[in-house]
Amino acid sequence: MARVLISGLFALLAMTATGFAQNEQFFPALVYRSGAYAPNGIPFANGFADYFNLVNQRDGGINGVKITTEECETGYATDRGVECYERLKGKGPTGAAMFVPLSTGITYALMEKAPGDKIPLLTSGYGRSESADGNVIPWSFPILGTYWDAGDIQIEYIAKELGGWDKLKGKKIADVYHDSPYGKEPIPVLQALAKQHGFEVELLPVTHPGVEQKATWLQIRQSKPDFVLLWGWGVMNSTALKEAAAVAYPREKMLGVWWAGAEADTVPAEDAAKGYKALALNPSGSNFPVHADVFKYLYDKNMGAADRKDVGNVLYNRGMINAMFAVEAVRTAQDKFGKKPLTGEQGRWGLENLDLTGDKLGKLGFAGLIKPLKVTCANHTGIATARVFQWDGKGWNFISDWIDSDQKLVRPMIEAEAKKYAGDKNLPTDSCKVS
Amino acid sequence: MIYREAGQFRTSYAADQALFPIRQDRLAVWAIIIFAFLVVPFLASEYLLRAILIPFVILAIAAIGLNILVGYCGQISLGSAAFMAVGAYASYDIAIHFPGLNLIVVFVLGGVCAAAAGILFGLPSLRIKGYYLAVATLAAQFFFDWLFIRIPWFTNYASSGSVSAPPLRMFGLRFDTPEARYLFCLSLLAIIALAAKNLVRGRIGRMWMATRDMDIAAEIIGIRPLRAKLSAFAVSSFVIGVSGALWAFVHLGSWEPLAFSIDRSFELLFMVVIGGLGSILGCFLGAAFITILPIFLNQLPGVLGIPLSTAMISHLEFMSFGALIVFFLIVEPQGLARLWSIFREKLRLWPFPH
Repeated sequence: MARVLISGLFALLAMTATGFAQNEQFFPALVYRSGAYAPNGIPFANGFADYFNLVNQRDGGINGVKITTEECETGYATDRGVECYERLKGKGPTGAAMFVPLSTGITYALMEKAPGDKIPLLTSGYGRSESADGNVIPWSFPILGTYWDAGDIQIEYIAKELGGWDKLKGKKIADVYHDSPYGKEPIPVLQALAKQHGFEVELLPVTHPGVEQKATWLQIRQSKPDFVLLWGWGVMNSTALKEAAAVAYPREKMLGVWWAGAEADTVPAEDAAKGYKALALNPSGSNFPVHADVFKYLYDKNMGAADRKDVGNVLYNRGMINAMFAVEAVRTAQDKFGKKPLTGEQGRWGLENLDLTGDKLGKLGFAGLIKPLKVTCANHTGIATARVFQWDGKGWNFISDWIDSDQKLVRPMIEAEAKKYAGDKNLPTDSCKVS
Repeated sequence: MIYREAGQFRTSYAADQALFPIRQDRLAVWAIIIFAFLVVPFLASEYLLRAILIPFVILAIAAIGLNILVGYCGQISLGSAAFMAVGAYASYDIAIHFPGLNLIVVFVLGGVCAAAAGILFGLPSLRIKGYYLAVATLAAQFFFDWLFIRIPWFTNYASSGSVSAPPLRMFGLRFDTPEARYLFCLSLLAIIALAAKNLVRGRIGRMWMATRDMDIAAEIIGIRPLRAKLSAFAVSSFVIGVSGALWAFVHLGSWEPLAFSIDRSFELLFMVVIGGLGSILGCFLGAAFITILPIFLNQLPGVLGIPLSTAMISHLEFMSFGALIVFFLIVEPQGLARLWSIFREKLRLWPFPH
C-alpha cells in the first residue's frame, strides 16, 4: 500500500515538474564572453539574450509559450562548441529549436551533427556558403547572406566607387584575411571576379588570433594595393587598423566585411580607425522602435544583459536580429504545428517558411534594421544585400545604398559547390522536392 | 586487509611476468574493462558519451602515444598535435582517394604516415637534448600547420580549408550512434594500451628507458641511440596519429588545422606530466584531468544552483583549473599515477601499518 502511495506521489511530482516546463520553448545560446574573440562575442550574446527576454517580458513569450535559454561558453573553440551543443541540444521540453553557433569552425563541426539530431543551424551571414542551397543542405540557414555574397558585394562597391566595372581592370586588391575557414571562404568568389573583370587579388593570410600582422602590412606598403579587403574577427580587426595607420595605408581604401565592421573593431583602434569602411548587414544605433521596448521593459527595470550605453552596437543589434529570426521562425511554425513548444524539426520548417514582410518588420520594431526577406526551401539566404558604412571616429555613417550580391554569379557557384558537397557526403540533391 | 597478496604464490614464469601479478588488481582491471564495455554504453546519456567519454578515450590514446616518447624514452616533444594532424589528414586523403577501404586500415595507414613524420622530426633528437629538442619538435607543429593550411591537395581543394570526414562505415555497419562510436574508440584504446604496456615491459621498452635514464651509459652497454630514439618517435607518433584520425573522424567529423593547434600539443604534454611520466595508468588519469575537469568545473555552479554570469563561470573555470594543476604538482610532482601507487602501498599494509 505504502509503495503504491509513494509511486503515486512520484508520478504526481513528475507530472507537475513537466507541467511547469511544458509550455516553454528552449533556445540554446553558444556564446564567447572570454578569449581573443570576446570583444565581438559579448555584444552579440547580449543582444541575443535581451531579445528573448524582451519577448518574454513584453508579450509573455511566443503566443504564450515562454522562452527559456541557457548560455554555454565556447571561447570560439570548436571542441568546446561541440561539447556545448551536446550539453544543450536536449534541454527544454522539446529540445533545442535551433542553434546559433556564431563561429564558422563550430558551424562546420555542427553541420556534421545537427542533421542527425534534426536540429537546424541559424548561421546568419556566415557558415558554409553552399548551405544557401537548401536542396542539398536542408539544416543550415545563412539568412541575410553568405561569405560569397559578402565578397561579391565588396567588389561591387569598389567598382561603384571607381565609377564602373571596367575601371577595375588592372587594379590590385589585397585581401587581408583570418586564416581559417571564415577568411578562406570568399576567396573563390574574389578570384572568379578577378578573372572576369581583370583585376588582381593579393592574398594575405593572418594567423589566429591575429595580433601579429607587422609582416602583412609591410607587404602592403611594398605592393601598394588600390584597395584592401579586411576579413578579420575579434582583435584581428583593430590590430589591422592600427597596423594600417603605422604604414600609413589610407583607411578610406580599406573595406571590411560585415564581421569586421563594428564598434568593437574601431573603438580600440582609436584615431587609426577614422575613415575605415565596412559592409553592414544592419546599422548601429539604439533609436529603432524595438530599442524603445528594450529600454522600457528591460533596462529601466535593470534586467538588461549589457551596459545601457552598449545597446545598439552593430553586433548587439545583430544579436537581436538573430534572436528575432529564431523567435519568428518558431512563431511561423506554431501556425502549422500548434501553439506549443516546438522541436528542432518543426523549427526548421519555421525557418524554411520564414517570411518577414515590411509590415511584419514594422510591427516587430525592426523596420530599418534589415530589409524584408523571405526564406524558401531552396534559397536559405532570403536576401543577400548589404550597405557600406564608414567610421567617422565616433560612429558609423552609411555611404552607400543597399547593394545586392550578384546572384547570377554567386548562385551557380553555390549550387556547384553544394553538388560537390552532396557527392562527398552521399546526400540527395533534391530534398525540397521530397518534402 | 582487502588488498593483500599473502597466499598468492607464483609457480611459473608466466605467472611471475603477468601484467597484473596481484589477483585483486587483475579482478579490478577486468571489472573496469567489463564495466566500460558492457555497462557504460547502456547507462551513459548521449551527452556523456559524445561530449565527455569519446574525447576522453581518444585523448587517452594520444597521451599513451606521447608518454611512450616523453615518459619512457625521455625525449620532450611539443609537436604532438602536429602528428595528430598528420594522422587525421593522411586518413582523410586515403579515405577520399580509396573510398572502399576499410576504415581501420585507413586509420592504421594514417598512423603509419604520422610515424614517418615522427621519425623525420625525431632525427634532431640524435644530436640535441632537452629544451633544444623541444624547440626542434616545435618546428613540426608549425610546419604541419603551414602544410595543411597552404597546400590545397591535402584538403582535397576545399575552398575553405575545412574538410569533413566521410561517414563511418565498417564491415557493413554504420557507426552513427554514440554508443557504437564509443565502443569503437574504446576497443582501440584497449588494444593500444595493452600493446603499449607490453612494449614498455619488454626489450624495446627497456632500451627506451635506458636511453632516458642516461644515454651515454645506454650506449656503452650496447644500445644504439639511433634505433632507440627513432623507434620511440615512430611508435609514439603512430599512436598519436591514430588518435588524431579518431579525433577528426569520430569526434569532430569536420575539422580545420586549428583543431590541431599548438594548444593541443601543450594539452597533451600537460596530460602526460600531470598524469605521470612513464606510466600507462597516468595517461588515463591525465587525460581525465585535462579533458573532463574543465567541463565539470564549468557546470558546477549551474548544478549547485549558484547564479553566475557565463563570463564569470568561464573565468572561474580557468582559475580553479590552473590552481588545481599547481596543487597536484606540489602535492605529487611525479603525477597522479604516483599518488595512486602511494595509496596502493598504504592499502597493502592497511589496517596495520608498521
